[in-house]
Amino acid sequence: MALFDNPFSAATRFFKTGCSCGRHASQAEHDSLSAEAQAGRVVEGAVMRALFPDDMKRRAFLKAVGASTAAAAVAQFFPLGTASEAFAQAGKPEKSDLKVGFIPITCATPIIMAAPMGFYAKQGLNVEVVKTAGWAVIRDKTINKEYDAAHMLSPMPLAISMGVGSAPIPYTMPAVENINGQAITLAMKHKDKRDPKSWKGFKFAVPFDYSMHNYLLRYYLAEAGIDPDTDVQIRAVPPPEMVANLRADNIDGFLAPDPVNQRAVYDGVGFIHLLSKELWDGHPCCAFAASKDFVTGQPNTYAALLKAIIEATAFAAKTENRKQIAEAIAPANYLNQPVTVVEQVLTGTYADGLGNVKRDPKRIDFDPFPWESFAIWIMTQMKRWGQIKGDVDYQKIATEVYLATDAARLMREAGLTPPTATSKTFAVMGKTFDPSKPDDYIASFAIKRV
Amino acid sequence: MHASLGARALAVSLLVLALFLAAWHVATQGTGPTQVMDPEYAKLMGATATTGKSAMPGPLDVGATIWQHLKRPFYDNGPNDKGLGIQLAYSIGRVALGYLLAVVVAIPLGFLIGMSPLMSRALDPFIQILKPVSPLAWMPLALYTIKDSGLSAIFVIFICSLWPMLVNTAFGVASVRSEWLNVARTLEVGPLRRAFTVILPAAAPTIVTGMRISVGIAWLVIVAAEMLVGGTGIGYFVWNEWNNLSITNVIVAILVIGVVGMILDQALARLGRLVTFPE
Repeated sequence: MALFDNPFSAATRFFKTGCSCGRHASQAEHDSLSAEAQAGRVVEGAVMRALFPDDMKRRAFLKAVGASTAAAAVAQFFPLGTASEAFAQAGKPEKSDLKVGFIPITCATPIIMAAPMGFYAKQGLNVEVVKTAGWAVIRDKTINKEYDAAHMLSPMPLAISMGVGSAPIPYTMPAVENINGQAITLAMKHKDKRDPKSWKGFKFAVPFDYSMHNYLLRYYLAEAGIDPDTDVQIRAVPPPEMVANLRADNIDGFLAPDPVNQRAVYDGVGFIHLLSKELWDGHPCCAFAASKDFVTGQPNTYAALLKAIIEATAFAAKTENRKQIAEAIAPANYLNQPVTVVEQVLTGTYADGLGNVKRDPKRIDFDPFPWESFAIWIMTQMKRWGQIKGDVDYQKIATEVYLATDAARLMREAGLTPPTATSKTFAVMGKTFDPSKPDDYIASFAIKRV
Repeated sequence: MHASLGARALAVSLLVLALFLAAWHVATQGTGPTQVMDPEYAKLMGATATTGKSAMPGPLDVGATIWQHLKRPFYDNGPNDKGLGIQLAYSIGRVALGYLLAVVVAIPLGFLIGMSPLMSRALDPFIQILKPVSPLAWMPLALYTIKDSGLSAIFVIFICSLWPMLVNTAFGVASVRSEWLNVARTLEVGPLRRAFTVILPAAAPTIVTGMRISVGIAWLVIVAAEMLVGGTGIGYFVWNEWNNLSITNVIVAILVIGVVGMILDQALARLGRLVTFPE
């Protein structure tokens, strides 16, 4: 049988040469199917061949039950539609030379490592990963199309889409990079002040206003009865400046991405008070983001890029690969940090700055699935702290920005098992969040700005 | 018997340098407080925490790093890790482009303002308001409208080198001695010829002084602009090494920026001497 023959036609013969059905003068004339149908046929053919290794039996089966019944029967235990769709979409990328921006922190691990470890090349892409100076710059460069896609903080695509802090531009977040992997670091002089209730008057740094770091720190402080707007000062400080500021005694602590926390410990200027994992185990942090234009205008490039990222994320999720990754991303071209610092972050065997070696292999973890409930939680916090006002259509924005279905499809292709739902409940500091009741959730907090 | 002034100045310069290096060396020798750590923990910590080594590098560390950079100034390990020579070339290229654009705009405009009291009065409020704006304040606006970070950096250089040249050209042109202009008028010299043969030579020293101030400012600003937009250039190099908390490399960059700035300034000083005339 030729590649594009209808395997559900009894007239088709699988094992012969020449025109496959015998009714056409040439194979070229016979091959008059649309490209899309052809792609579908290839998949269907492969399935039927697997089911009926003996051509006689297949033809007999089709003659007995009819083509449409057979197709329906096969589709029951094998989703032909999904397989065909996936195959058709693995077309040639419209553009193979891409630029992807990143901020030099371990959250960007999958985006960075995919370059030296060949995950982009495997998808036929030539990706240049470009180190960028800050979140506002990475946002502007992506909006200006200097970057095709970029590493962002997971609240940023939501903020950009809603036009908070910049002009509204439809943005998408097809994959989460990392979960967990942040920490609260305090200056050495505070090593006896471990209770947040005693933190009045502290000066804290977070990487950006629209960041999980900001929302988690505010949440943590508010739970301890400290008003994050009036009792303490929270400033946005670029991660590289944090350690220098901590050393200079300009700030008392920060909730920051790694390797900044570990670097503060490494240089003996701070200690890790707690990991963000202890506040909310499995919280998203950074994300892979692209403009809606890119997703709809270059679907094949987008699919190939996302597939590379998802495969890299899957590779990074395995703890046994972490040492190798640390060595690949520590050099000057990427994170520009001592290897041991990056290794401590990724392996989770780390010095806490107070003389103890701690072991927590889930200190940082990688899971690409962009849960819509993550987006809803982030929006509740934006609203709670007055970053957005008025009514918010939480579910609509979440579905438009966090492309959970795309991620699920590509995760399946990468041999992963995506979750079947796109929303889930979770607990932040022991308090359960129900994504279907965001407004009740906001109302339940004592300290808020609504 | 006295050595010449130049030789004595050189001797004093060398003495100051030697004293500075010695003081620096001694100041970074001391060890800070250390704690007793178990070996497994110590392995995870940096030298500052384990041996109390000063976080500030000594002159010998800096010297060794400079040697490393001089040995391989043009290496290229991918988009985010290039040699110091390549980074400098990017910065100088940006400065040259932005600066030349500014020359092309500022000198004719300065002539216009200097020659016409009407234009001088009319444009004065704009110049007075825009001149004191920090060039970096233009950066967000440039990024937003030009939509290209490389061009934005060049625009920032352009806008910061514009004002000193514009103001100096206008001042130089306006203060050409009236006797010379009157002589030109009695000889019935046309306005274009008057501009090129009388005003330009007379105003040249002031114009070149403006250009010299501008190139200094442009070189100051490029470092900050590149730290903001990143990618390439000496400013990006400083930012990248700051990211790594590598004070040694930051000091190296400071030295290099100083040397290049001096060369640019001296080049224009020489140009200034060429156009100066005795009265």
